[in-house]
Amino acid sequence: MKIRNRMKLEFLSCSENVGLARVAVAAFASGVDFNLSDLEEIKVAVSEAVSNAIIHGYEGAATGAVTLSASLTDGNLEIEVEDTGRGIADLEQAMLPGNGSDPERLGLGFVFMKSFMDDVSVWTEVGRGTRVKLIKSFPVNENSGITVEN
Amino acid sequence: MGYEIDKEGDTLIVKVYGEFDLHAADYARRDIDKYIRAQGAKHIVFDLGDLTFIDSSGLGVILGRYRHISEKGGRVAIFGVPPTILKVMEISGLTRLIPFYADFASALQSIS
Repeated sequence: MKIRNRMKLEFLSCSENVGLARVAVAAFASGVDFNLSDLEEIKVAVSEAVSNAIIHGYEGAATGAVTLSASLTDGNLEIEVEDTGRGIADLEQAMLPGNGSDPERLGLGFVFMKSFMDDVSVWTEVGRGTRVKLIKSFPVNENSGITVEN
Repeated sequence: MGYEIDKEGDTLIVKVYGEFDLHAADYARRDIDKYIRAQGAKHIVFDLGDLTFIDSSGLGVILGRYRHISEKGGRVAIFGVPPTILKVMEISGLTRLIPFYADFASALQSIS
């Protein structure tokens, strides 16, 4: 697999860092041929994944660690958002639209991620945490970016 | 993200600008509710013309206010949604619940 570029960022699970995460990924992704609409969609998906880590993984506590990593491979942007929080007991239920009992939350985090990304995968274990992988493809321009052979 | 809250008659005018995400949602929810109570507002018009980003946390604040106001017989309207944000609102289903208008005058007229 050819990796054009990659990044990794770790931050505390405070809500101020949701903006940091999406702007960092959008800046990273702007190095390839995503259009502005794509970048806006990527920002929403990252925002939802990081918000989920904070709200559900750490139940709003600002003391947990969230790891955000991203890589640009052959035609794909791959993003991972990982927490070591409480995990998701019923993943199938969590991914349904309108899940949750809080009337102030839409329960659309995964719906937005699936709508705006080409692929969404989730690994979770109760008491261990959750890792969300988001993939979005982009048109490949062979002359751009750094290429690292793995 | 910031917001300005004004009142016209019994309608609260809430202008939201910048990025409306999890970080902004708690403050916005608290302040808007405080103004609704203090001003005795019956309806809300959201001015989203200068909004640059919104996710489900921000949309949740709008939906929550819609629910509170509707339960009390009031109405909610939105105007000025930028095209880059409209898709998120459509996917969320908000466009089916709350009427969207191009400008303030149309939104206010729909309320009154």
